[in-house]
Amino acid sequence: MKCDLCNKPAVVHEVSITGGKKKEVHLCLEHAQAAGIAIPGQQPINKLLTKFVIGQSPKTSGTQCPNCGITFAQIKRANLIGCPECYNTFQDSLGSLIEHSQFGASSHVGRVPNRKHTPNQFELRARKLMKELDAAVTAEQYERAAVLRDRLDKLSTDVHTEEEDKQGEESGS
Amino acid sequence: MTAPKDNGIPDNDVVLTTRSRLARNLADHPFLNRASDMQSALVMQTAQRVMLEAPLSEKTLWMDLDELTPLDRALLVERHLISRHHAESSLHRGVAISSDEHMSIMVNEEDHLRVQVLRRGSRLDETFEQLMRIDSMLEQHLDYAFHDQWGYLAVCPTNVGTGIRFSVMVHLPALRITNELAKVQRAAKELHLAVRGYYGEGSESSGHIYQVSNQVTLGRTEEEIQEEFSKSIIPALIDYERSARNVLMKKNSMLLDDRIQRAYSVLCSARLLKVDEAMKLLSRVRLGAALGHVDLSLQTVDELFVQIQPAHLNQQAQSTLSDNDELELRALLVRNTLSQ
Repeated sequence: MKCDLCNKPAVVHEVSITGGKKKEVHLCLEHAQAAGIAIPGQQPINKLLTKFVIGQSPKTSGTQCPNCGITFAQIKRANLIGCPECYNTFQDSLGSLIEHSQFGASSHVGRVPNRKHTPNQFELRARKLMKELDAAVTAEQYERAAVLRDRLDKLSTDVHTEEEDKQGEESGS
Repeated sequence: MTAPKDNGIPDNDVVLTTRSRLARNLADHPFLNRASDMQSALVMQTAQRVMLEAPLSEKTLWMDLDELTPLDRALLVERHLISRHHAESSLHRGVAISSDEHMSIMVNEEDHLRVQVLRRGSRLDETFEQLMRIDSMLEQHLDYAFHDQWGYLAVCPTNVGTGIRFSVMVHLPALRITNELAKVQRAAKELHLAVRGYYGEGSESSGHIYQVSNQVTLGRTEEEIQEEFSKSIIPALIDYERSARNVLMKKNSMLLDDRIQRAYSVLCSARLLKVDEAMKLLSRVRLGAALGHVDLSLQTVDELFVQIQPAHLNQQAQSTLSDNDELELRALLVRNTLSQ
């Protein structure tokens, strides 16, 4: 089919029906561009179309767990989850993965922790130091990271010494 | 048919051991596949402190696997106290074991904690009760990762919820001989049960010994899963195997006895024995002991299954054995034990 405006082959064909009347337009590449009609295949689809709705992409695709940095794609590949926080970050996608692994089961009905453990002084200090250490490593403050690591080591030595003293006292009494 | 020797252990003619285990992870700590060296060391320190503080068993031994020799780690695998994965991993990892070897708690295996209770014979109820007691004690000291919808959180989605896995290690030689094993495996699949070999995940069956365990850990209570295992699955497995043994006794009694006695004779006279061959022959002798065809206790055979493994032989020899020496020592050990 030839272009409506010249003898070149038409590459754009537009058919519209207005008031029950059918109208056809056939244009070659040059005349189509001059008319502001884009040519399929030359532009990305989102630029080609003016009216489109961005579908709800899965919440998790490409996002990382803020706690451990894992993506859902990595979880799916190895069937291994990164940390407790992943269960909140990827709640929707993990739901179907869990149901598949559990032959359709989706909710826990068994035991629940009967007492929320209160972290002791050692754990609280260790957790605080770990967070500071992570932040120091991320900020590439290696000298500070080394100091924090030494403090963590000392903390664990102190705990062991304290335990040994306690055991010594108990066996001596 | 004469009754097997050690009647004190429930259903020991078919069931070697029963095991209950839990997968548990600590809140606020990344799982091991995302943990730094320091973070996995911190889990170890926390766990070690609790293992030694809490009265988990009469006497609990703590072992840092990095400090053990490869031979010691292999010994623990052969005794089913740690997994092969745990022995071979490069992470900071440890294990707490009760001195009677009924309890073991692997730290930094796939999950932060894998708590197991193992007993000889069909004693799932006892292992379950002890496991729940240990879990309650640990919970007083540790903050477990828990989610309102998914329960106890695990590294692998196959373990979330209760985190509980029951396993029964069964000896099924008659089902194998009568070609009925495939039927059992199909039925197990329909019931969402996993059937594995002597050393669990990824291992082949050796000596007609299979581990059967539940695959579903979510959507049912621990008690419901346990009850199904204790009241239907284990009795059904025992029943199938005993029926197959009865069929063999009735239809092919001489053939069956011939196989048992030949195996016994080879074990009594062999000078070199490979582990697979020994397991296979011991399996027939175990069947003979269970049916009263061989004057031997099931306990002796079950202990031999462990003692003939490579690390145990090396340990006994107190040296690194050459391949040939290992075959020779295995044959000697079996001959001596059977002649006692």
